[in-house]
Amino acid sequence: MEYILIFITAIFVNNIVLSQFLGICPFLGVSKKVETAMGMGAAVAFVLVLATIVTYVIQKFVLDAFGLGYLQTIAFILVIAALVQMVEIILKKVSPSLYQALGVFLPLITTNCCILGVTILVIQNDFDLLTGVVYAFATALGFALALIVFAGIREQLSMVNIPKGMQGMSIALVTAGLLAMAFMGFSGVDKGLAALFGI
Amino acid sequence: MKKLESSLKNMALALTGFSVVAGAILGWVNEVTAEPIAQANAKTLSDAIAVVVPGFDNNPAEAPETIDVDGVSYKIYKATKGGEFIGAAVESSSMGFGGELKVLVGFDVEGNIIDYSLLSHAETPGLGSKAADWFKKGAKGDITGKNPGEAPLVVSKDGGQIDAITASTITTRAFLAAVNSAYGAYKNQHVEGTSGATQQASDNNK
Amino acid sequence: MNNFKVLMNGIVKENPTFVLLLGMCPTLGTTSSAINGMGMGLATMFVLICSNIVISSIKKLVPDMVRIPIFIVVIASFVTVLQMVMQAYVPALYATLGLFIPLIVVNCILLGRAEAFAAKNNPIASLFDGLGMGLGFTIALTLLGGVREFLGTGKIFNIAIMPEQYGMLIFVLAPGAFIVLGYLIAIVNRLKKA
Repeated sequence: MEYILIFITAIFVNNIVLSQFLGICPFLGVSKKVETAMGMGAAVAFVLVLATIVTYVIQKFVLDAFGLGYLQTIAFILVIAALVQMVEIILKKVSPSLYQALGVFLPLITTNCCILGVTILVIQNDFDLLTGVVYAFATALGFALALIVFAGIREQLSMVNIPKGMQGMSIALVTAGLLAMAFMGFSGVDKGLAALFGI
Repeated sequence: MKKLESSLKNMALALTGFSVVAGAILGWVNEVTAEPIAQANAKTLSDAIAVVVPGFDNNPAEAPETIDVDGVSYKIYKATKGGEFIGAAVESSSMGFGGELKVLVGFDVEGNIIDYSLLSHAETPGLGSKAADWFKKGAKGDITGKNPGEAPLVVSKDGGQIDAITASTITTRAFLAAVNSAYGAYKNQHVEGTSGATQQASDNNK
Repeated sequence: MNNFKVLMNGIVKENPTFVLLLGMCPTLGTTSSAINGMGMGLATMFVLICSNIVISSIKKLVPDMVRIPIFIVVIASFVTVLQMVMQAYVPALYATLGLFIPLIVVNCILLGRAEAFAAKNNPIASLFDGLGMGLGFTIALTLLGGVREFLGTGKIFNIAIMPEQYGMLIFVLAPGAFIVLGYLIAIVNRLKKA
């Protein structure tokens, strides 16, 4: 039950993009088509779960064990960068079809702040490994959902007349604002569910 | 000087070299700032304690007492003046609208609320975040001088005596729950704690 | 290119927020008030100037193939230094900006300037580039924060301009960030054409 609650909270109530402001760059950058949005969403989910596991292990068994907590930022970002490279190489060898689908998005992921952000949040919130992984996966789903919905809207938007000054990023941001407003409607849902489940 | 070539040896050397230098510099900065960081943290806490139980002359932040009530642990910072117990600041928390809500509540010897301080919260800015001032002396939801031992603090919507923050009943409920449970913890330690305080005072006199 | 030009380039012509559209996460996430926006801008500027200077000084020692990881190490080191210094001397601001301080590492502005400018120019020019870009970023964030704070709570830099009950709370919350930035960019686009 707790895990279901984590899912609902991370996807709808505290959506990583629309209420936490992480991963905005790909959200605005690769959201012109629904298809690419799906690819990006899948790539993020894949890397985020892996990165959470690896950084968790490093934090607990290397940084904490040797009192090197202050190296967290530098260690995490290097691990994520290396991990993305490795995933790219392995995918290329093992599953060319998956590589075709996700490949172009992988290099973009290193500088996607939702990866580093979520791995740090997992440590800050003192999650255990399983909770952390569930949280990471749910967050990635939330990211994918926001991205795909947004891409759908933008596909429609490209067919209408927009005042010159508002074209491009400007209208995209205002649209994202309206989407964020819609997601605000979910706030409090987690409270109600928690009460319902009796947690 | 010519730019280094991308040979395997150069790459490995450069990577290790820069990482080692970076690590060393960070280690040094960590050494230097460890003390000020600890001081800054301690100061935040002792400032908050000074607000909620004013007038002490010991250092309450130094040795908090941790007690468990119903499986939840509370930190109690005891304030004494001239060796005499004058009250305590109790750290307590509850789940608010957006996440954990942490408060420090000051009680006098009788258990009346002197003041409080919102330590951390994740409430909606502009709505629930008003809890930082809403319950202060003279504000709309004033809780100072009230004693949760006589009647637990309840929001007026639920038939109680405290006015809720506009449009933030859930935050208000959470806040009052934290205050009430802080009182519970305070009462628990107070019974045995008074002797503890006198014990300490006599120790100091020796 | 003279240094003044480099400086103004970052503030106006290639403003990282309004023109290049880089570093959107902190731009939206930390601008609920003018002072927070300014704090985030200055923090980023500090890292940007330091990393720009160091990267342009060591560029000869960095083999091309591994330049990105090395740039990241340099940037992450300065971010960590900043984290520790802020915790020690401005803990309140550090607590407000929270997660967005370590996330400066993945701010595209830093790696972008390292690649596009510092790796090709001398340390002095890189210093001015960092200063210009940093100021451009700071000004943009302060402006965005100021507009949101004013519309949301009727204050600017915590000074009341109009009574609080006229504030539209939505502008301090998440949707307001997107909407205000969207309109600011539209205004900048319009001004550029004129």
